[in-house]
Amino acid sequence: MTTLDSSKEIQKNNSEANETHEDFRMFGLITFLIADGMTFAGFFAAYLTYKAVNPLPDGAIYELELPIPTLNTILLLVSSATFHKAGKALLKDENSESQKWLFFTAFLGFIFLICQLFEYFHLPFGLTDNLFASTFYALTGFHGLHVTLGTLMILIIAWQSRIKGGRLTSQNMFPLEAVELYWHFVDGIWVILFIILYLL
Amino acid sequence: MTISIEPQKTNNESLQPKGWLRYFSFSLDHKVIGIQYLVCGFLFYLIGGTLASAIRIELASPMSDFMPRDVYNQVLTLHGTIMIFLWIVPVVNGAFGNYLIPFYVGARDMAFPRLNAVAFWLIPPSGLMLVASYFVDGAAQAGWTAYPPLSITTPHSGQIIWILSVLLLGGSSIFGGINFIATIIKLRRPGLKLMQLPMYCWAMLGTSLLVVLSTPVLAGTLILLSFDIIANTGFFNPVLGGNVVVYQHLFWFYSHPAVYIMVLPAFGLVSEILPVHARKPLFGYTTMVFSIMGIVVLGLVVWAHHMFTSGTPPWMRLFFTIATAFIAVPTGIKFFNWVATLWGGKISINSAILFSCGFIINFVFGGITGVALAQVPFDIHVHDTYFVVAHFHYIVYGGTVFIIFSSIYHWFPKVTGKMLNEKLGILHFIVTFIGFNLCFAPQHWLGLNGMPRRVAEYDPQFQFVNQISSLGALLMAISTIPFLINVFLSVRNGKDAGDNPWNALTPEWLTSSPPPVENWEGEAPLVEEPYGYGKEISEQK
Repeated sequence: MTTLDSSKEIQKNNSEANETHEDFRMFGLITFLIADGMTFAGFFAAYLTYKAVNPLPDGAIYELELPIPTLNTILLLVSSATFHKAGKALLKDENSESQKWLFFTAFLGFIFLICQLFEYFHLPFGLTDNLFASTFYALTGFHGLHVTLGTLMILIIAWQSRIKGGRLTSQNMFPLEAVELYWHFVDGIWVILFIILYLL
Repeated sequence: MTISIEPQKTNNESLQPKGWLRYFSFSLDHKVIGIQYLVCGFLFYLIGGTLASAIRIELASPMSDFMPRDVYNQVLTLHGTIMIFLWIVPVVNGAFGNYLIPFYVGARDMAFPRLNAVAFWLIPPSGLMLVASYFVDGAAQAGWTAYPPLSITTPHSGQIIWILSVLLLGGSSIFGGINFIATIIKLRRPGLKLMQLPMYCWAMLGTSLLVVLSTPVLAGTLILLSFDIIANTGFFNPVLGGNVVVYQHLFWFYSHPAVYIMVLPAFGLVSEILPVHARKPLFGYTTMVFSIMGIVVLGLVVWAHHMFTSGTPPWMRLFFTIATAFIAVPTGIKFFNWVATLWGGKISINSAILFSCGFIINFVFGGITGVALAQVPFDIHVHDTYFVVAHFHYIVYGGTVFIIFSSIYHWFPKVTGKMLNEKLGILHFIVTFIGFNLCFAPQHWLGLNGMPRRVAEYDPQFQFVNQISSLGALLMAISTIPFLINVFLSVRNGKDAGDNPWNALTPEWLTSSPPPVENWEGEAPLVEEPYGYGKEISEQK
């Protein structure tokens, strides 16, 4: 019993001793997201170049049905708003409220992935059919990977924001803020992807 | 209930192994990580150098008699990849950056120590994977550029391991870059202004920006390439409707900045070494800063000068020729600043400054051939010949590797508290300098006369010049011996260096040698003039 108490005490002391400078984990995350964004920029550049200079074979389908991706866009935009709600609730120390919003956000991300898979299974072309098909799957797949990781991270911080023994509090907002920034980034990429891939 | 809490009582450094064991641990100390990078990189340099020797042995005769032609391709692929991704990039960024940057910004460690350790420990496994890929049936043989369709049509297994390994090394590089940017911008000691930082900080800031902006594009490209190889997609396969030139654009969007990732830190290091040994302030600090940033911006928009023979349209040739020629301006400014730093200085001739001067000579030569290569008519003539090989090695070996050796002679007393033997050091310099120039200068002539690179056999009329080149390579291989003897002898019985053997003013010398774990006893010193040598005298004049 005493062991547990004193180890907590020590951890607290240690964290104070380590706090000799301001927290710039957020700065590091932003730098990382710029790097991640450059990966997408490379993919987009490749896609647009292909579109401009590489003619597709006769009969290739490159006009896509819009309802599912439009629904997906709305899902992600709404999920950004609900994530924001979760952050505001946590700031007011309403942990259970925050957790509710987080689970809802994760749910929206999950629905997005289901819709994406549904679209994959109903598209008239496969990965290796033509250049457009390959680029389509590579781009949406890479973005889907980001959504998958984001949904998992949201579930993790939702678990961490539990009232009993959770480490996510209004004093320790960083995990939530970090995942939120990442989630907004993934949303923003989706909007660009939607415009370039589906609308252009 | 008797769980021991002893190890938690103090901070993490007492948890770290002491002595030589710490160099094999997941240490968070930036000094340990720096040495880990350096030694690991040097081991890979020895492997890459052995491969280079094999290439030069093969080229000593016109026929492919030392090894079969496909083995020759595998050897040159592995040589290029190892030297770039496992020796120069990790050492000139990771090793010296980790060791010096926290001192220069007045911090006790990097901004993200754990990420730093992760970045290092990605290197040994991916390096071993790369070396192992050689022994797989069908090793990678498409060169370090892995151009499709060659990389798609050659055997797959080795190429895939190659891609995986380069992806991991790129990840390590990005983590390192994020760490350097955060450390330099955010972790500066209070009161230390950006324009008071030693030049190496600026060089690393510029390099890290390039790493963060361009490495992810290479990662994305290699993922697409691996799709082509494994899943039979056609991104870069013309047979399936793909486009090989897109690969070249994306690849060189990383790999041209990669040249600056390799050479900008060397610019920074030489700017630290010259003022100390010439006892003069660094000439033109502000212009140095702006030329570094100019190189960073221009470095991102010149990539297509590698592709003048890939059917680039005329406007693209025009743009990239002009942009490339512009890079000569900031680079020239830096060159003249170094010469002006030496001019009239009280230069002490030692191995560190000899290697730095060797760098200046080699680099200006490589720079001149670089400007020549940027001109489309000339480039079309010498594209894919030994002229390009000579130019490239003048930049990365004559430039960066000379500076790596110079830096080792300069900072060895800092790291170990012992001096290196000067006689062996000067012998090392002389053999390296003669060997290097003997090896690569004749290759300009070979290239101009049309000897193609990456081919195991050549026209017998080139044999004599190739043999001179191979003799130079032999000297370069021999030159490693006095260096290794020097390091091993000096670590054990070197002369005691004291804390500041060079009487330098940069912050890393204002603590004991070797430095304590926390870098400074007490608070970090505020160094407002890292190059204030002989200030009063010049003011009296």
